[in-house]
Amino acid sequence: MGPVMEMLRLRREIDFFGRRRIATVLSLFLIAVSIASLSFRGLNLGIDFTGGVLLEVGYTQDANLAEIRSLLAQEGYGDAQVQNFGAARDVLIRVPPSESVDAQSIGEELLAALRAGDEQVQLRRVEFVGPQVGQELTERGGLAVLFALVMILLYVMFRFQWKFAVGSVAALAHDVVIILGIFSVFQLPFDLTILAAALAVIGYSLNDTIVVFDRIRENFRRIRTGDAQAIMNTSVNQMLGRTIITSLTTLLVLAALFLWGGEALKGFSSALIIGVIVGTYSSIYVAGNTALALKAGTADLLPPKKETGNDGAVT
Amino acid sequence: MNRYPLWKNLLVLIAVVGGGLIALPNIYGDDPAVLVSRQDQGGISEVEADATRRALASAGIEVLGVRQRPDSLLVRFDSVESQLSARDLLTEQLDPGYLLALDLVPRTPDWIAALGLKPMSLGLDLQGGVHFLFEVDTESVVTKRVESYADDFSRRLREEGIRRTARALDGAVRVELRRREDLGPAEGLLAEIEPDLEYDSGVDGEAAWITATLGEARLRELRDNAVSKNITILRNRVNELGVAEPLVQRQGLGRIVVQLPGVQDPAQASRILGSTATVEFRMTCYDENAAEADRLGRAPIGCELQYDASGRPILLRRAVIADGGQLVDARQGFDENGQPAVHVNLASRGADAMLEATQENLNRPMGVLFIETKRELDEQGEPVIREEKTVISDAIIRGVFSSRFQITGLNVVEARDLALLLRAGALEAPIFKVEERTVGPSLGQDNIDQGRRAIIAGLLLVVLFISVYYRVFGMIATLALGANMVLIVALLSLLQAALTLPGIAGIVLTVGMAVDANVLIFERIREELRNGNSPQASIRSGYDKALVTIADANITTLIAALVLFVFGTGPIKGFAVTLSLGILMSMFTAIVGTRSLVNLIYGRRRLSRLAL
Repeated sequence: MGPVMEMLRLRREIDFFGRRRIATVLSLFLIAVSIASLSFRGLNLGIDFTGGVLLEVGYTQDANLAEIRSLLAQEGYGDAQVQNFGAARDVLIRVPPSESVDAQSIGEELLAALRAGDEQVQLRRVEFVGPQVGQELTERGGLAVLFALVMILLYVMFRFQWKFAVGSVAALAHDVVIILGIFSVFQLPFDLTILAAALAVIGYSLNDTIVVFDRIRENFRRIRTGDAQAIMNTSVNQMLGRTIITSLTTLLVLAALFLWGGEALKGFSSALIIGVIVGTYSSIYVAGNTALALKAGTADLLPPKKETGNDGAVT
Repeated sequence: MNRYPLWKNLLVLIAVVGGGLIALPNIYGDDPAVLVSRQDQGGISEVEADATRRALASAGIEVLGVRQRPDSLLVRFDSVESQLSARDLLTEQLDPGYLLALDLVPRTPDWIAALGLKPMSLGLDLQGGVHFLFEVDTESVVTKRVESYADDFSRRLREEGIRRTARALDGAVRVELRRREDLGPAEGLLAEIEPDLEYDSGVDGEAAWITATLGEARLRELRDNAVSKNITILRNRVNELGVAEPLVQRQGLGRIVVQLPGVQDPAQASRILGSTATVEFRMTCYDENAAEADRLGRAPIGCELQYDASGRPILLRRAVIADGGQLVDARQGFDENGQPAVHVNLASRGADAMLEATQENLNRPMGVLFIETKRELDEQGEPVIREEKTVISDAIIRGVFSSRFQITGLNVVEARDLALLLRAGALEAPIFKVEERTVGPSLGQDNIDQGRRAIIAGLLLVVLFISVYYRVFGMIATLALGANMVLIVALLSLLQAALTLPGIAGIVLTVGMAVDANVLIFERIREELRNGNSPQASIRSGYDKALVTIADANITTLIAALVLFVFGTGPIKGFAVTLSLGILMSMFTAIVGTRSLVNLIYGRRRLSRLAL
């Protein structure tokens, strides 16, 4: 008797690479939209990157945003963004960096202005980032993404071969661009934790890609006949169960994080949810397709003059 | 047959039991507490402890326990309210020589504490508190030093009868000599006074010039010195504020991070830490007309035009009798009229000068000048340093005094802040806040609750899913996941790395990814079974073949985590730490741990099928 719950055992192989034109068009379309949006609309950067002041306060009853706005405008903060944060009682106020005012005491002044309106208002969070620090963070963030990509490229080159390394990095770049693109198209707030999420997605998507490549390598060494595309297709099919189960468990915890982790982790978990979906897709299509386009073949992954017999060649 | 050598089984057992023990302190929670210590760092005696206990009891504040530590007294309370009222009570009743700090003390039972085990330390976003990043204006130290060289050179050359001008220019001293014949002797003299400077000179017609610059090494030393002295002063100030377990640390070349967990009033902390306020005591030019000088915009020789808080002009002598640096103690109190005052105590050098000044100037007014350095942005958005000077009092000297006297003319808050600043010492160089992150205590608690809820919910969902999908093997993976959590908590407790909200996110993500190793193994075993291998052989080759894949996949994720750690700041680092620990631990629990269980359950018998 076979396992009861093997819902993902397939009767027939799915021809993933036969449909690679559609995938290529879809990927290119998404990337084009992302890049267009990033260059025309840009990202809705948080104060981590732009500098400025952010204040989160809690009221005892539902907050009256219009009243808060007028209160702040009276104090000369007409350009402050006021919005609810998670609950109707919690309010988030953002003041963009200003050239003329000494930003060091804005947090205090804002709170004093709010206290004048309602004695009960409670300070939950203040963040002040100087413009210079913001710029440094942006640079460091960009550098971190680049550096991570290069390190990974080197590792995959060392473990596999350059065509696969290019394939995996293409998949990663694809994921990062699309995630940034989605944040740009929907103008979701982009702060440091989102950047961390983007880097975590790099790790995750890579994990997926490597697992598929690993099987491709194994099959290349075992099945000497047949063309590369067919072998890669078989490999992806063999790993499909694992790919889907792992994505599912990861998505389950991310859903938990999104639903119960509080407002502060909403952006982080949604970035990861997008990333896991895009990453799963890219490790099947983008990574493999790029390697195929570079004419990766059996010869590329054969160890130079080494015994491969012990690999358990029981077919 | 699949059997593990005894040592491997023992290793798993020891890791899980040991990890469990180390993680144990985390389940007890904290009590709010007040820490009493003496400013002179002497211990607290039994008598003082008793007095404290009685004072709290008579005020009706419930105390959970009083514990004597080598250099302090720890009083624990059942609620934050009693903690705060106890602090206020003790502040009033105790002698000013004591320092009070609010703290959270783990409720760990004594036998665990005796083993030296501690719970995880919580980051500011979970505990509440303030994080500041200050930039030290090291250039001002360099400028000051160069100016003092210029003064010094000018004076010494004059003594030698050399006609010259010497001034500070772009971080260098420029000396211009009227007669070129003086160049040789002047150069010799300067090199003798300050051999460490780098000199350059030239002749310009009949005249000549010398420039003296600070070398790279000297500049670095000056800047380093300014930063480390500022760190010391900031530590003093933090101690005065009463914060338990503060962090004051250098970051990069010219920045200082200050983290104050549990601080309730970030505004005060910010004001005190960043303040450059100091005072100078000077005689007033009582026989000159201040209003006239104000109208002309020019002060008589030897005098300086200053204003008080209401804008009234006051002429002060240029000569300083004593300044804030010469104070040995300062306390906030009240004067004989009930007005707020700062009682100060001058060190001997300042005291001698003060005695002399008061003897000579009985019944004449003396001014106290309050000086604060501020950084503002000009029209171009470039920072400019501006000194703000205010005369806070000009009182008639009624009697001769030397070391002990008081400063009046401030409100209560100003007096309290000034006393604290004078006690803690003046900063070597002005500092400016470039980043602040404050988390109120209520948000911190919310973050903890939500983080815990998310971890439990995520864990349950995954456990449910894999138990149904992989049956017995799924339950084994569940146990491995539990062990993984325990080990992560144990390691975080051992490392005492602060757990932050992104750190919790890292743990949650690990739950998802840790299962991946087991998914890889189990899918491989199923595949082997499908290929017609026996259950025992399938288990063996499933584990063996999946190993390479798991290692490859995890190493690449570790690389990403490492990059995050290196490039990231505070909260991102926290995420990287938990993610890396989680991956490393999962390699152990998901591979070695589950194998050990699988072998124990299935290893010794003949199997016709597996519950997978």
